[in-house]
Amino acid sequence: MNKQTPARLTGSASMLFQNPVYITSCASVVGKKEGEGPLGDKFDLICEDPMFGEDTWEAAESTMQKEAASLALGKAGLTTGDIRMTFAGDLLAQTTASSFGIAGMGIPFYGLFGACSTMGESLSLGAMSIAAGYGEHILCATSSHFASAEKEFRFPLAYGNQRPLSATWTVTGSGACVLSGTPPTQEIFQKTEPLLVSDGCVQITGLTTGKLVDYGLKDSLNMGGCMAPAACDTIYQNFCDFNRTPNDYDAIFTGDLGAVGKRILLDLLAEKGYDIESIYQDCGLLIFDGETQDTHSGGSGCGCSASVLTAYILPELAKGTWNRILFVPTGALLSKTSFNEGDSIPGIAHAVVLEHTPIPS
Amino acid sequence: MNNQKQQEQQKKYANYVKNITPTHSLPLNMAKAFLTGGLICVLGQIITNFAKAQGLDQDMAGTWCSVTLVLISVLLTGFNIYPKIGKFGGAGSLVPITGFANSVAAPAIEYKAEGQVFGIGCKIFTIAGPVILYGIMSSWAAGVIYYLLKIMGVIS
Repeated sequence: MNKQTPARLTGSASMLFQNPVYITSCASVVGKKEGEGPLGDKFDLICEDPMFGEDTWEAAESTMQKEAASLALGKAGLTTGDIRMTFAGDLLAQTTASSFGIAGMGIPFYGLFGACSTMGESLSLGAMSIAAGYGEHILCATSSHFASAEKEFRFPLAYGNQRPLSATWTVTGSGACVLSGTPPTQEIFQKTEPLLVSDGCVQITGLTTGKLVDYGLKDSLNMGGCMAPAACDTIYQNFCDFNRTPNDYDAIFTGDLGAVGKRILLDLLAEKGYDIESIYQDCGLLIFDGETQDTHSGGSGCGCSASVLTAYILPELAKGTWNRILFVPTGALLSKTSFNEGDSIPGIAHAVVLEHTPIPS
Repeated sequence: MNNQKQQEQQKKYANYVKNITPTHSLPLNMAKAFLTGGLICVLGQIITNFAKAQGLDQDMAGTWCSVTLVLISVLLTGFNIYPKIGKFGGAGSLVPITGFANSVAAPAIEYKAEGQVFGIGCKIFTIAGPVILYGIMSSWAAGVIYYLLKIMGVIS
């Protein structure tokens, strides 16, 4: 019997995987505005039609997420029958975009809600399941749509109002990853397009589960300020649990803190004695050009971190641009009701450690 | 004690966030609002004068002015132009009757997908509803004050 423990628990909130977890393939689908942004040439599919050929915003988002999932499956050379389970989520109430999108593909399905941190949540749960041997291939996906999110959380689109400079712009986008216990092979590379650059691929080696952190802010149009303390807490916890410092990472990406949240995170971590400025980036600031695209503080939404991860971070990591990075999507856990009832807006952030690995021969 | 300390920390953090968060320039926004609101009112005056020139009395001309502005606003909302005016003009485009029309037309368009009754019917006044409710309530209060002042002989 050669049975290994799937993961070693480290510190108080982290785990280090003993069994390998590979990201076999990834795919991104975004809307027109995202396609016009700085990462425009990196997305797999840019849909010019904001309705994605559907009649409602919600159906549009479902279609987008389904499309991203299908692309990821196709790139891995897999069919829906090969996927043991799916972890997917979005921003809509009762996560309907996922249930009408991916769930319709006939794959066993777990729906998640972690607000904009959902990609970190789905990758974490997916990686745990793979490491534990609960599936050979697992699909992780999230999405957000500007129009459905505005409708869910703010005003109808045609209502004329002014957004404060601290507000972020919900990304219309979806990202999907296929996680596997075995590395992608050159063999499938001949026919499809797995996440494989020469002989490098991407492994999930560890994770830190985020705690709810609430500093009492109530401004739903300053999400960066609400979520930055959570990001700080999770990153700090990750350093402590793994006994690492910022020098052990080549890059740290948060999900959608935006310009305001970025500044706060750097200040909060500096207070704890860590300077990450030289290696730190935020997906919300990467996806849009704030100067020309009028997005104020930056991009946000589940689709923001998911599409930047799948279009930019993972391919670069497979290429070997970085060796080890920390991916920290951030979420603000509010509902329209909790906001109207005067509750504060707690934040959450889940950290996933991603590493470049050569394919074992 | 602990609670108090937590509140102090929250206040400190709120102040810190407020300090580093960029805001729109208030004088500039006010100037834009003045310009936008002013132009809408000029348009209203033009419509009123035109109606009067057609031989209508002041009341009738005023009514024509209102309904024409509402029609223009609803059309601009439908063509997605009013949100751009709103973004530029802020309260200048919100306060005149055109802003009210926009706030009724926008939900009607958005919630059409949810049906005529539960979509448009229930949600058309989600933004304008409070204005209608408290508008009627405050005009009722003003009416009572007016009535009392009249009884007391302050106004005739």
